[in-house]
Amino acid sequence: MPDISFEGITYDCAADETVLDSLTRHGVLLPSGCRSGSCHACKVKAIKGKPPVASQAGLREPLKEQNYFLACMCKPDEALEIALADASDKYSATVIEKSWLNDTVVRIRLTRPEGFNYRAGQFINLLRTSDQLARSYSLASIEGDDFLEVHIKRVPEGRMSNWLCDELQQDQEISFFGPSGSCFYVQGKAEQPLLLAGTGTGLAPLYGIARDAIRAGHTGPIQLFHASHGAEGLYYSSELEQLAAAHAQLTCTACVLQGDIPEGALSGAVDAAVVNRLGDLAGYRVFLCGDAPVVELMQRSFFFAGASMQDIYADAFSFTPAG
Amino acid sequence: MTTLFEKIGGQASVNAAIDPFYRRVLGDPYVSRFFEGVDMVKQAEKQRTFLTMAFGGPHNYSGLDMRKGHKHLVHEMGLNGTHFDHILAHLRSTLAGLGVGEALIAEVVAVAESTRADVLDL
Repeated sequence: MPDISFEGITYDCAADETVLDSLTRHGVLLPSGCRSGSCHACKVKAIKGKPPVASQAGLREPLKEQNYFLACMCKPDEALEIALADASDKYSATVIEKSWLNDTVVRIRLTRPEGFNYRAGQFINLLRTSDQLARSYSLASIEGDDFLEVHIKRVPEGRMSNWLCDELQQDQEISFFGPSGSCFYVQGKAEQPLLLAGTGTGLAPLYGIARDAIRAGHTGPIQLFHASHGAEGLYYSSELEQLAAAHAQLTCTACVLQGDIPEGALSGAVDAAVVNRLGDLAGYRVFLCGDAPVVELMQRSFFFAGASMQDIYADAFSFTPAG
Repeated sequence: MTTLFEKIGGQASVNAAIDPFYRRVLGDPYVSRFFEGVDMVKQAEKQRTFLTMAFGGPHNYSGLDMRKGHKHLVHEMGLNGTHFDHILAHLRSTLAGLGVGEALIAEVVAVAESTRADVLDL
């Protein structure tokens, strides 16, 4: 009978018994609901061992790849060490570089702590140790980079962003938790068209996802749109240009809502501009990152333009009000 | 004996119906407000549960869950029988659009209809 380890204790799992039933029998109560694989309340993660395919039915691809499974559907055929879905480790890193990308966005590069593995597009929670203030920032770097990169947007009165922008110094240590998030590229369907659209610092994860897809050998067209309220909010234009020049499958387009329109950029609302440019989105895999209201608008518009809900991955940023 | 779920094509049919059904519901201004402001991916998962149930598939939601889950919509947002009728019409059109025969559609709609009292907290 396979063993199940959870929080340092090992439990036996009887033949034909699910992980959920086994733990319940031992007095360990996981969150659970329908017990039939629909509600996903008992979603947990295998840290060691491979969960059976049947226990991952109905989960989205990025979750499967991270060995998430449904405890109520899992009759393990090998020993598993499991953890609750939101468990993440704490790491410490050193600031290697800080540079301004435009008037309000600063790029911070950190050393990559040993043992920290992530997928491009995931986010980390930076921690200010003095008062335990934590905020989420998406990674713009990819697994192959020897540093971690985040883009910080200065939020007026924002406690964390102003500290990161003004106080945090090069060579200083900073702690973080992570990685988290499921908005990332999963290998397979290399010819599928990809649509990456984001506002502001939503470009950070999209830049990572685009490079990750290219590195994984994605051959289908990759359409990246960077939207901003005005042209002054755009950044990384030359990086995107260079990346597109080096990889024929990638096209990068800026989109501004109002004011001066840079050469080659689209104008107006990004959701309408993208649909206007690409037409039918049936068959696309879609990644959306940035301000929550715009991400939600794009999600809806792209779904109506033909993208399947199963193929839309969104990471909506919320900006914590000052206080 | 062949169950409704088997006749209609099982989980694959649920998967095929989700996008068109959800598009119809969201695109209907008469009912779309009940679906706004909720995470679309989570919402789509709820549609999956609803369709699985209506198709006679395995689920574990009781009438009480159904009642609890819709209570605030009924008492705070005015969800009523006409809205419920709209959803049934979208279910019907979705299945017709996928080429499901009239007799099977009637069976599915009858299962969905059986939740009316719980959904509307009657």
